[in-house]
Formats: sequence, structure tokens, C-alpha cells
Amino acid sequence: MTSAVEFDRVTVTFAPRAGAAPYTALKDVSLAIGDGEFVSVVGPTGCGKSTLLNIVAGLLKSSAGQLRVFGEPHTGINRRAGYMFQADALMPWRTALANVTAGLEFRGVARDEARRRGRDWLARVGLAGFEDLYPHQLSGGMRKRTALAQMLILDPQILLMDEPFSALDIQTRQLMENELLELWSANRKSVVFITHDLEEAISLSDRVVVLSAGPAAHPIGEFAIDLPRPRDVAEIRLTPRFIEMHDRIWHSMKEEVLRGYAQNRNRVMS
Amino acid sequence: MRKHLWIWQLVMLVVIFTAWQLLAQPDLLPPLVWENPNRASFFFGEPVKIFGVIWEWFTAGAIYQHLWVTLQETALAFVIGSALGLAFGLWLGLSPTASALFDPYITAVNAMPRVVLAPIFMVWFGLGIWSKVALGVTLVFFIVFFNVYQGVREVSPVVLNNTVMLGANRRQLLRYVYLPSATSWVFSSLHTAVGMAFVGAVVGEYLGSARGVGYLIQQAEGAFDINTVFAGILVLTAFALVLDFAVGRAERRLLVWRPAQSETEQL
Repeated sequence: MTSAVEFDRVTVTFAPRAGAAPYTALKDVSLAIGDGEFVSVVGPTGCGKSTLLNIVAGLLKSSAGQLRVFGEPHTGINRRAGYMFQADALMPWRTALANVTAGLEFRGVARDEARRRGRDWLARVGLAGFEDLYPHQLSGGMRKRTALAQMLILDPQILLMDEPFSALDIQTRQLMENELLELWSANRKSVVFITHDLEEAISLSDRVVVLSAGPAAHPIGEFAIDLPRPRDVAEIRLTPRFIEMHDRIWHSMKEEVLRGYAQNRNRVMS
Repeated sequence: MRKHLWIWQLVMLVVIFTAWQLLAQPDLLPPLVWENPNRASFFFGEPVKIFGVIWEWFTAGAIYQHLWVTLQETALAFVIGSALGLAFGLWLGLSPTASALFDPYITAVNAMPRVVLAPIFMVWFGLGIWSKVALGVTLVFFIVFFNVYQGVREVSPVVLNNTVMLGANRRQLLRYVYLPSATSWVFSSLHTAVGMAFVGAVVGEYLGSARGVGYLIQQAEGAFDINTVFAGILVLTAFALVLDFAVGRAERRLLVWRPAQSETEQL
């Protein structure tokens, strides 16, 4: 079976800014994400997790190596991928409904049809009745739901999620995680989920990939998560199997987290 | 006090005009500064007579054609100046090469006191409304231009990336992201821009024209008719306030998506 996304020795080096040395964010990353697989990538702060996603999205070009999408070498914006950003990415001048339908409009879908599907998707993420509100009138959680609908309405084969729920409070966050799992299991897509929260990673994914501290970050461990589905992210955290997994992965990460922390501190001090 | 603020503001206005009248009216108070009792009223006018002139203007209807001309000039200068500013702002904001090329010229033209261009515009466009419109345009253009230019460069990269990932091409990006974002910046400069269009119109009229409120003021000044000069100034001030109010209304309607400072509608 071909992988949905495959990194083949991908290296990303950022051109030097005035006076600074070039910075290698990712070095020789080889990683495959299967069709319909939910993979989380965890790693210390500043290790290049977002860079990894931006490569798949086509927002960044790799310096060396190859990215294959469903077996084919890929360049340019990835039209098969949907991207959910960490920060608020809704267009503030469009209503919730207009934000959700934007992607359809870009693809030339007729207005009435787009609005019908937009309403449907807003209802599916629990925002029926909020169609005509502007982003600033919505709460943080509601904005995330809108962003989720905005991405899913285009039916992308690959979902890229960059710490999408990190700005939410813990209750809203678990609610959103459960809803994401529900939507995902109804129609299994490949998901690359970036997070720094190991618990979130384990409770959501089929597989957790641990990235080393940057610069020149690369995967240092992969852990298959064999917890049964459907899952409830709040309850599953209390099961012995979860705790065991958490311990194992945390052990392999700890060293890297400390290394990343030390590097960051040195950078600030120098 | 705060609740009935407008009453106090009105009282203030009456006090100012009453004091003015008392100090300026000949032979009312013993002379304070000048021996000649008519001097004060010659230099400062008398509110009673000023309002008499205004009353005369509006009842006899002589003022309307002048106001209409000034309004036309202001509106045209605002619309043309804003459109040009928006177009150039978008262009230079999106093209680093053009921006680098034009940068020194824009700084230079902006630094130039543009009122001195009025005589040139008069030669080019004649004494009709277009020389005033041109002057207003040069004033409005830069305000809008700089706002849009700044606005385009400060479009949120996340919103931009998100829109790209949703499948927008370059033209759609312009229409869905850059233009709305730039428009909000145009509106934030709207009050200043309309004010500038107005300044351009009136100064242009004052420097040479056959109609407009600026022309009335200039005529009266030539005849040392200080009351009419003040009447013209008061009419202009009231006119500017009305314009500002209209702009405020338009702004509130068009920028509904922008969070207001005190909004508590969060759900």
C-alpha cells in the first residue's frame, strides 16, 4: 500500500539572515504516514514540528530530499491537504458561514450550493445558528470549530494540524479532541497532528513520532498506540495501558526535551 | 454632569457667543483697548450680525449653490484620491521592486507642501471645480496610500497561508484577503481623508474661483466685511461636522466585522 505522505531524507535549511549562520531545521527526515492513519508528532519546543507540516502543505520547499504524496513526488501547494493552524486563521471580515464556504468559492462551486454545504458543515461542528457571526463575536473554541469545518468541507485526503487546540482551556480542548476523533472515524483521512502535549498525542493517534531537539531535528522514535477505538480522550487517560505508553514515550523524549531547553537557554543568554 | 453633557456643551456655546457679542458691540461697554468704539467690531465682527448673514444666506437661498459646489469638490477629491491611493498602495505593497523604486519619490512628494501646487492646478485645470478637486486629490492620496501600503504589508501571514491552503490563486488572494484588509485601513483613515478633501476644496476656492464657500469668504475679505468672513467660517465648520458624522455612520456600517472596543457580544 502506498503511503499518503512519505518523507524521503528531507532536509530543510533556512537561508541565513543578515549576520547569522544558516539554520538547519530538519535533517534527513524519513517518515511515512499511511492512508487513513492518525499520526502525532511530538517534540521539544522549537524542534521544527511546524516546519515538517509546512513541507507537506507545500508552503515551504525542502532543501534536499523528496516528499511523496500518494506515491508521487510533490512540489508546490498540496491540493490534497487541509491545514489547521495554531493561531486564528479565519478571515476576520467574513462571517462564520462565509469563512467555511471560502474554499468552495475558490473552486468555483455555485453560491447556493456552497452555502447549503457550509450550513451543513457548521451544523456538524455544532455551530448551527451562528452562521452570520463574525470571528471576533465567536469564542476561541467556536473559532476552532469554524476552522475545522472550513478545512473539512473541502474533503482533503490529508489533514495537517498544527497544535490546533493549544490555545483552548482544558475542558473545551477535550471536547474538541473527541469531536475531531468522531469526525475522523466517520471518514478516515490521513492526519498529521503536531503537538507538544504527549497526552493529547497518545489519546488521539494510531502512532506517535518523537522528534529530536533542533537544530537538525529528525525522528528518534516511533510508538504504535494500540488503544482501542472509539476512544474518549478524557477517560482513556486513566487506563493502565495509556499510562504505560505515556511512561515509555516520555522516557525517550525526556533527554531531548532537556537538550532543547538547554539550547534555547543558551541562545537567549548569548 | 456627564448625563446631560450636551446641555452643558450648548451652554458653553451660548456663553462664548454672548461674551463675543458683549466685547465687540460698539458703545456697549466702556472702551477697553481701543479709543474708537467701532474698532473691536471691525476686527472681530459681531455674532448677531454674523448670524444675520447666515440667516440671510439660507432664507434667500444664495448659499446653496456655493455649498453644493464645495460638496461636489470634496466628494470628487475624496473618491478619486482614495481610489488612486488604494490602487497604488496595493501595487507597491505587493511588489517589493516597485516599492523600492518609488520609495524616495513618494517620500519627496509627500514632504512637499502641496498647497503650493494650487496655482499650477489653476493653470492646468482652470478656475472651475477640477483645479480644486486636483488639490484635494493630492492631499487625500497620500493619507490613503500610506495606510493601504502599511495594511498590505501587515496582513496576517497565518490568514494568508490559510487562504492559500484553501485553494485561493493569486487573484483570489487579492480579492479575498488583500483588498478587504486594505479597505479596513482606508476606512480607519477616512475621517482624516475627508477632512483633507475638504481642505483642498476650500483652499482651492479661496485662491481663485467663481463659486463655493471659499469664494464667498475670499470676496467678503476683499470688502473688509468681517461678519461675512466669520459667517462663511461658521458655515464651513458646520458643514465639516455634518460630513464627519456621515463618515462615522458609513464606517460603522461597513466595518461591522471589526471588534468594537466595548463590545460584549461574545458567545
